[in-house]
Amino acid sequence: MDLLNAIVALLNFVIVPATAYGAQLALGALGVTLIYGILRFSNFAHGDTMAFGTTITILFTWWFQSLGVSLGPLPTALLALPFGIAGAALLMLGTDRVVYRFYRAQKAVPVILVIVSMGVMFVYNGLVRFIIGVDEQRFDDGDRFIISARDFKEMTGLDEGLALKSTQAITLVVAAIAVALLFWFLNKTRTGKSMRAFSDNEDLALLSGINPERVVVVTWLIVAALATVAGTLYGLDKGFKPFVYFQLLLPIFAAAIVGGLGSPLGAIAGGFVIAYSEVMITYAWKKVAGYLLPESLEPDGLAQLLSTDYKFAVSFAILVVVLLFKPTGLFKGQSV
Amino acid sequence: MTQSMRAPLLFAFVAALFLLEGLTDAWIFSGSWNTSLSILNMALVSAVMALGVNLQWGFAGLFNVGVMGFVALGGLATVLIAMPPSPGAWAAGGYQILLGLVLGAATIVAAILAYTRLPKGRRRTAVMLAVLVGGFFLYRWVFDAGVNAVESINPAVTGNLGGLNPCGDYRACGWMTIISWPVGGLLAAGAAWIIGKTALGLRSDYLAIATLGIAEIVIAVLKNEDWLSRGVKNVIGLPRPVPYEVDLQNDPGFVERAASLGLEPTLASTLYVKFGYALLFTIVLVLILWLAQKALASPWGRMMRAIRDNEVAAEAMGKDVKARHLQIFILGSAVCGLAGAMMTTLDGQLTPGTYQPLRFTFLVWVMMIVGGSGNNYGAVLGGFLVWWLWVQVEPLGAWLADLITTGMAEDNAFRIRIMDAVAHMRLFTMGVVMLLMLRFAPRGLLPER
Repeated sequence: MDLLNAIVALLNFVIVPATAYGAQLALGALGVTLIYGILRFSNFAHGDTMAFGTTITILFTWWFQSLGVSLGPLPTALLALPFGIAGAALLMLGTDRVVYRFYRAQKAVPVILVIVSMGVMFVYNGLVRFIIGVDEQRFDDGDRFIISARDFKEMTGLDEGLALKSTQAITLVVAAIAVALLFWFLNKTRTGKSMRAFSDNEDLALLSGINPERVVVVTWLIVAALATVAGTLYGLDKGFKPFVYFQLLLPIFAAAIVGGLGSPLGAIAGGFVIAYSEVMITYAWKKVAGYLLPESLEPDGLAQLLSTDYKFAVSFAILVVVLLFKPTGLFKGQSV
Repeated sequence: MTQSMRAPLLFAFVAALFLLEGLTDAWIFSGSWNTSLSILNMALVSAVMALGVNLQWGFAGLFNVGVMGFVALGGLATVLIAMPPSPGAWAAGGYQILLGLVLGAATIVAAILAYTRLPKGRRRTAVMLAVLVGGFFLYRWVFDAGVNAVESINPAVTGNLGGLNPCGDYRACGWMTIISWPVGGLLAAGAAWIIGKTALGLRSDYLAIATLGIAEIVIAVLKNEDWLSRGVKNVIGLPRPVPYEVDLQNDPGFVERAASLGLEPTLASTLYVKFGYALLFTIVLVLILWLAQKALASPWGRMMRAIRDNEVAAEAMGKDVKARHLQIFILGSAVCGLAGAMMTTLDGQLTPGTYQPLRFTFLVWVMMIVGGSGNNYGAVLGGFLVWWLWVQVEPLGAWLADLITTGMAEDNAFRIRIMDAVAHMRLFTMGVVMLLMLRFAPRGLLPER
């Protein structure tokens, strides 16, 4: 019984939240890694892109809510998601036309593009502030729980409850669909194949008649979709606060680099590595240890390795270890 | 306009902006010398930060986006040097905390030694992991006990170790804050050494992300380690290197002199204090600018630029690229730390909650890019100009909004919406300024020659 309780506590406080968080990070890291692979720079504006896409989604969610349109038990935000993606896509294509294309034509070195993306980050951040302000917004509706902790306790008779928030389940389902679509697109369609070819060897791709501008446009569209989905899922799960999205940049970059910049598969793996490490290292293990260990060995304190405020330190430490020992990441990215 | 006239004219323009702020209340200006001096003081500090970033990016092409972290470390130094020691804190747990930190450092050193000295294989990994895990628990055991002891001493007022201020009435020893400035530089240099050792020599994007990370971690430490700087409870009432307004107002000699200048004592005292800060900061800025100019013109500076422009060629000439990069990375970060200590002294308090990357890292980058990377005068000019703009964007926006909505009623929804948006103008404007500069004048207002 104690063992079961320990497993349930572990699932409830570590595995389930970390999996949802990992899926959100993975979607974010996919966007970063695609831009790195095709456009060859680290996009510092990615966090704010996520915030912008989410902002548009929230506006449409509110509009639908005021019209009385809803998806029943599912959050209305899912209905608004395509509009958010469209909004983000428009913004990104506009940015590419006005800002990035000039530097591409010049064949500017990557670090200049990174600095340019810093400027873009300021602008996006300002836009989000203009539109929705800096306060926290909650826009989730529909059922909050698939199983609440109390129902689970009554059902199983265990001391520990296992709560499964609907946003967590939706995160996983939506992320799985998005990733499946992305991989189908990259591996099966002509455009997807041309994107991979462009990423592998630009000159060879150009020689075989691939239109680079088309590849770039498609990349921005995909990135806009991924960023908006990631942002909306994160916002549904944890509430939307523009500044938090900027701070997500670090774990997202860590995930992309750990997986290997430029490798989509790596980005997904990296997202989960970072999420699990963050949650496990900042979780207070006292409860689980209390069930598993004999009373004499029970820890006095919280048995927490690091306080939750240091979760950035975890992504950072993993990042440093990977950079030192395996700079190309787990899945052999492009960078050296 | 010839190149040689450009710099004096631009500096004269900036000076005019600050003079207008004090002289007239027309347009967006306030007509208050007090405001003008406040903006000038932060502009001086910003110029020092921009010089530091310029050392790294302009001289050496190193991409540091962790300025905020180094600035915050400088601020920490002010607390650790200039505040009085908390009574009983050292005896209660201070030495134990130090021992804990030493143990922690020793663990890392031992792990590195194990990694470099032992032959490659499973045994090496096992030993390293054992050292790390064992060391971590030992460190937490010693460290946590010390922290608890220190934080439980009068937590409403202190609860931290405090500083090294030797005076009974610590406010009397205001000169200690000036000592804390170079110490802030040293703290930042130490952090820069650790990052440089790990991330330099990798791709430039990686250094950027590593510095971004370390900045967030520094802020997290300042927010959470109450024994160090009281965390989010803030340290207020830092001593000052300049006199207090109240003391000046109670000094008959000062009041008399103020009266002879036609000033009332309250205004005169605030102006006197702000002017004192401005003088101190100007001395530091001129000193650092002079040093940076000397460095730029020296063989060392030429070598740095050679490395920046072509690393492979410089390496072929026998230059140790990695060591030079580490050197200038540390120097630049130290300058940022110094500026951070100056800023905390000016504020008179350390508030870890107010450090925002957009304000402290990326704004400094805008300053350097607008001014002209690779040119020290350009960085200083950018510091003044962009800081002025940062402060004045709001009045400027309000003026614009007023212009757009002339004739509309006070309760017009559109007018209210526009007026709301004015508060969020800053970041947007900075981004647009930066993008326009990068697009049309990538070498900045004062290009490198």
